[in-house]
Amino acid sequence: MRYSGFRVIAEALIGHRGWKPIWRDPTPQAEYDYIIIGGGGHGLATAYYLAKEFRQARIAVLEKGYLGGGNVGRNTTIIRSNYLLDGNEPFYEFSLKLWEGLEQDFNYNAMVSQRGIINLIHTDAQRDAFTRRGNAMVLNGADAEMLSRDQVRAMYPFLNFDNARFPIKGAIMQRRGGTVRHDAVAWGYARGADSRGVDLIQNCEVMGMRIENGRIRGVETSRGFIGAKKVGVAVAGSSSRVMGMAGMRLPIESHVLQAFVSEGLKPLIDGVMTFGAGHFYVSQSDKGGLVFGGDIDGYNSYAQRGNLPVIEDVAEGGMALMPMLGRARLLRTWGGIMDMSMDGSPIIDRTGIEGLYFNGGWCYGGFKATPASGWCFAHLLATDTPHATATAYRFDRFLKGLMIDEKGQGATPNLH
Amino acid sequence: MSQSHRIAGGQIDRGVALRFSFDGKSYTGHPGDTLASALLANGVRLMGRSFKYHRPRGPISAGSEEPNALVELRSGARQEPNTRATVAELFDGLEARSQNRWPSLAFDALAINDRLNSFFTAGFYYKTFMWPAAFWEKVYEPIIRRAAGLGSLSRLEDPDEYDKGFLHCDLLVIGAGPAGLMAALTAGRAGARVILADEDFRMGGRLNAETGEVGGRPGADWAADVVAELAGLPNVRLMARTTVAGAFDHGIFGAVERVSDHLPAPLPGKPRQTLWRIYARRSLLAGGATERPIAFENNDRPGVMLAGALRAYANRWGVAAGDRVVVFTNNEDGLRTATDLQAKGVSVVAVVDSRRGGPLLPGLRHLQGAEVVDSAGRLGLSSVTVRMADGRTEVIPCTALGVSGGWNPNVNIHSHHRSRPVWAEGIAAFAPGADGPAGLAVAGAAAGRLSTHGALLGGQAEALAALGDLGIPATAGDLPKAEDAPVSITPKWYVQGGKGRAWIDQQNDVTVKDVKLAHQENFTSVEHLKRYTTLGMATDQGKTGNVIGLAVMAELTGKPIPETGTTIYRPPYTPVAMGALAGRSRGKEFKPFRLTPSHKWAAEQGAVFVEVGMWLRTQWLPRAGETTWRQSVDREVLATRKSVGICDVTTLGKIDIQGTDAGTFLDRVYANTFSTLAVGKCRYGLMLREDGMVFDDGTTARLAPEEYVMTTTTANAVTVFRHLEFCRQCLWPDLDVQLISTTEAWAQFSVAGPNARRLLEKVVDQDISDAAFPYMGAGNITVCGGLRGRLFRISFSGELAYEIAVPTRYGDALIRKLVEAGEEFGAVVYGTEALGVMRVEKGHVAGNELNGQSSALNMGLGKMVSKKKDSIGMPLSQREGMVAEGGYRLVGVKPVNPADALSAGSHFLPEGAAPVLANDGGWLTSMVWSPHLGHCIALGYLKGGDQKIGTRMRAVNFMNKTDVAVEIVSPHFIDPEGERLRG
Amino acid sequence: MLINHPILGPRDAQEFVYLGDANLLHRPDGLAEGAIAAFHDYAYQRGNPAGEHRELWYHEQGDRSWLVVTRNTVTHEILKVELARDVARREGRSR
Repeated sequence: MRYSGFRVIAEALIGHRGWKPIWRDPTPQAEYDYIIIGGGGHGLATAYYLAKEFRQARIAVLEKGYLGGGNVGRNTTIIRSNYLLDGNEPFYEFSLKLWEGLEQDFNYNAMVSQRGIINLIHTDAQRDAFTRRGNAMVLNGADAEMLSRDQVRAMYPFLNFDNARFPIKGAIMQRRGGTVRHDAVAWGYARGADSRGVDLIQNCEVMGMRIENGRIRGVETSRGFIGAKKVGVAVAGSSSRVMGMAGMRLPIESHVLQAFVSEGLKPLIDGVMTFGAGHFYVSQSDKGGLVFGGDIDGYNSYAQRGNLPVIEDVAEGGMALMPMLGRARLLRTWGGIMDMSMDGSPIIDRTGIEGLYFNGGWCYGGFKATPASGWCFAHLLATDTPHATATAYRFDRFLKGLMIDEKGQGATPNLH
Repeated sequence: MSQSHRIAGGQIDRGVALRFSFDGKSYTGHPGDTLASALLANGVRLMGRSFKYHRPRGPISAGSEEPNALVELRSGARQEPNTRATVAELFDGLEARSQNRWPSLAFDALAINDRLNSFFTAGFYYKTFMWPAAFWEKVYEPIIRRAAGLGSLSRLEDPDEYDKGFLHCDLLVIGAGPAGLMAALTAGRAGARVILADEDFRMGGRLNAETGEVGGRPGADWAADVVAELAGLPNVRLMARTTVAGAFDHGIFGAVERVSDHLPAPLPGKPRQTLWRIYARRSLLAGGATERPIAFENNDRPGVMLAGALRAYANRWGVAAGDRVVVFTNNEDGLRTATDLQAKGVSVVAVVDSRRGGPLLPGLRHLQGAEVVDSAGRLGLSSVTVRMADGRTEVIPCTALGVSGGWNPNVNIHSHHRSRPVWAEGIAAFAPGADGPAGLAVAGAAAGRLSTHGALLGGQAEALAALGDLGIPATAGDLPKAEDAPVSITPKWYVQGGKGRAWIDQQNDVTVKDVKLAHQENFTSVEHLKRYTTLGMATDQGKTGNVIGLAVMAELTGKPIPETGTTIYRPPYTPVAMGALAGRSRGKEFKPFRLTPSHKWAAEQGAVFVEVGMWLRTQWLPRAGETTWRQSVDREVLATRKSVGICDVTTLGKIDIQGTDAGTFLDRVYANTFSTLAVGKCRYGLMLREDGMVFDDGTTARLAPEEYVMTTTTANAVTVFRHLEFCRQCLWPDLDVQLISTTEAWAQFSVAGPNARRLLEKVVDQDISDAAFPYMGAGNITVCGGLRGRLFRISFSGELAYEIAVPTRYGDALIRKLVEAGEEFGAVVYGTEALGVMRVEKGHVAGNELNGQSSALNMGLGKMVSKKKDSIGMPLSQREGMVAEGGYRLVGVKPVNPADALSAGSHFLPEGAAPVLANDGGWLTSMVWSPHLGHCIALGYLKGGDQKIGTRMRAVNFMNKTDVAVEIVSPHFIDPEGERLRG
Repeated sequence: MLINHPILGPRDAQEFVYLGDANLLHRPDGLAEGAIAAFHDYAYQRGNPAGEHRELWYHEQGDRSWLVVTRNTVTHEILKVELARDVARREGRSR
């Protein structure tokens, strides 16, 4: 059923009796052409685009918990394409363009809101680096501009301009950056996929892979064996576990990232802001909560929860930047498993096993990539060739020395 | 103003009147009151508005679970939004305002939303506002954002201080009700180190709110006696006003002590709040239970409260929240409210018990098998409609309704490590499950033992068990006698059959209808329910409402409640002020300052400083008459190149490396060779990461056959040392080599320029002539007649230059001595800007080139990577993608027209090429104005740059909209042959 | 978290810097045939188990010991803490 303001009004008049289930709960079939493992944002987007853009059928998404329960269900909702390197920027700009038409495309209001993102500058070297980045963005067709200290002050007069340990000297801004209501992204893709015949199968955990003569035949699940011609894995923090079922080791470590939300507050911060002298970034949700985050905890973890030092570190960054913040209260923390890759950039690639494809290594930046990741993974699954914007996301880039290392930290995943 | 609703009794000090205001109106209360109890005492029930529908609301609770009575407390920079009136301790002069309403609390324009509620169902916004696309940011969202949010921040700097502390104990007891007190007493008497923390300002928990006896005395008196005894034990730390907010790994808890929130302002030198990190060998959760309501139509009016809260206000605070009270319960505990209020002379007009056959209390009108189906009263309750067992309804006028749907154990802390609570049929609630945090036990109501006796017994038993684990001998003292009433409850989650709205999550306005809609649309998992309807996402995190919501969903899906499950419990238990989490790290104290040895001298000279990591370094030293930084920097550069300049380079990392294998070690950690370096010489070293990228560079000197001194960049001083220790301990544990960081031990100054030697000859005791101390010489020296020092003849500027080091405590003296000695040469002291200019003129790489993304080959230093030996990073630096022709190479850049300015971060584009990615040739890494050459110069990474020397390109910067024709040149702008160095 | 340092006793994990998989002790020979492939596996490939994990921590705010900590990545329980030097020697690293 199509959603619209008229439909909402019409339903209100009949007591909302007409709303249909947003998706079915199908019983798994014996075999599919495509199985996507992982019903998070990337998996659902992949299924959606496979069905819609690549006209494929007989597709299932297998999710061990509930749809949208991965990192798409808990993140800081930021979208942007302010990347530096050639391997990344075209992909993220493609993603941002998909965000810009997403709601009309899947007929669901995911509240894509381009209120702008600024990265604050505190040193001359940062300004040089951001100038380089801004120019790279423009060369890739994205938007970027530098703001002076006064321009930043006009936007956010309450930041710490006068008593800061690391004074604000300006910012780089991408006006097309912003935020999206994260759960709605999963639901919109799920609804769109379901309506195109994709079987979304919840509470179906993949326990093993059936591989014969170097070719995938299907997956063993908590709901029995399901055959497949092609299997795409998009399981983020569980990447090593799932690919381990196929005997693969990955250039990935799983780490915990915490994120935070404050109590609801009247509007303070319109766009997204990142502190350049500490680990802190923040935006304000439409409900009024300040949504913020910082660095990963820094140790391998599958626990989906973090520890106190990072919470304190993030609060310190927040107070250093916004001295009024002392009287706001932290309402909730949460922790998700990040698939930290060895150069900080993702992998969308075939594997040594025919019919098995991998999508992962998103570190803690996977949310903004959701549309392009789904599209490019669907492209790879359907055509066996990488999408033009994702050609660099190969496994063998590490063997060949073609890393895409935005932060220049080398093979140390917890520093990306 | 009289306290019209104040009744006898309670733990308040009636001898002292405290004046306070709410929405500008003055009232009085007493010490011991909360803002909510004092307002109720004054007959004020309306304290807030709900989030979505702006419904009038009063408190439903008397504790931290409160969803409704949120206020802006205090004013000015101390304004504190969303403060629960139910836990805000009253003080004289307290100011509070209602929030999220306009123009007033009694008349709120956005209450129109309530009229339009049939449109504003759960998730309606996902289905609309999509057309036209551009309207979201421009029209719809701004309206939503303005309407949303609760209270406001002041936008002013928080004037209060916060602190952090660390505590260690054998047993941390969380909650000072009967279970916690008994546990603390048992462990305290045994001599264990005990911390007893409670969020309330008065310890005792529910004992303060109940009339039951403990050990033959009123429970509150027993609690006070125990607290007094504990206060006398030196091994026990009592922490009232302290919320244990989270359980972290290995027995670490985060707790927030509200040191000063009960005062008009913190006392001098005291923080507002302190964040404690508590390290507990064992811990006990005795956090009690939270009552839950029963949902029925219009169950959200001011005056509708939890039954336990209603009696808490009467018993603890001497407040009758209403003069005509109805109780609505599905369990025995609700009846206590009727009994207690009746005993206090409050008119209890009816007891509506959804069960049949429950006990009948004397003198009360019992309506068994009945349910409250509706309520009335615009800004406060005026009546309830009761549907009797026989189906007929009766409107009963009343001003307060106490609702009890049962009690939920406060499992939160126990579930912070994702332990799933289990359904306890006997109390119809979730109780702590398996796999809680290691070392954490649970006792009392938190464990599902809802009687006072059960709490006392559990507290004692768990304390004994914990001490037993720790090997601390303890004995079970006498257990005081207390009630041990069994729990009798017939679950009832919501009243069926109504057409209106029955609230589950009062703050977020989530009703039973919303849950039904979520079910209809197949958002049936608890996580989907929560996310779609926002159930439990308000500031109370669903402490009273969540279980009802999932029980309704369980009923709709036909699944039992335990199978439906709960959402995840996450820290903090209640919201925590950001200031407390940040502590003292704010403003200028956000990070420590590291000051150089010449800092004091430079500050005296009026130097301009710059943050370099934690360091403050001299950026330039303006002289009288200089009005722009460029004048100062140009002068410093020209004077250095013409005569001599001095610069503090102490911030560079310094590592002493000693041992018979020191040379071997350096050969492995540097890409080039050091074992062959002659004693008394130094060499430029290039260090790679294992992935083959350049990690760091610097000079390393050999002072003796088995003694080297390494220098690192300022930025990497710590990480290089860490890396060397890794290599030493983990890769080659049997190499005879020792490391020590001496960065802070030596004050080091660069003395550069044609007169450098002449200047130093006045300071250094030894012969430092070119013959005695040639280029790249290094050695131990003495200065000023015997002070030990080190001298290195190395240059970053391209001039004849030395670095001279003395023990740090002599750094201040040395800078003064050097300046004095330099006077005759017109010596300058230069800062980081001049340093940067001279290194770019000389073509040395620094931070902007050492970006972690660049190889030796990129920097034009590929030949330094020896392939004859194995070293860190050598193997992977030879990967095909890193040695390919046409990659980035370091080049020099100058404008074709010398008048043109360059800017770092500009990208190279071929002449006439379109500004697209395919034409991107690289970028300018560092740019300076060269006073020596009289124009801008830059370094850059250019694709195939080694083949493009002498060609022309454009340096394009879209950020400042410049497009400059440039010539690609060698990166060595001055003295490419290095004649000056050897002068 | 608390790390029970073999020399210093229990220390807050905040005093340490984390590096990761203790397999980083086993640096291949850079001059051997096929060194690039061996180093690729060494530097980039990770077991990344959900469960017991041997990992390197450095006591930077302490005595500068590198430690091999055996820790469960699902529960964060620490099962063993050893000096990395001892582990390295035991596993054949020397000069």
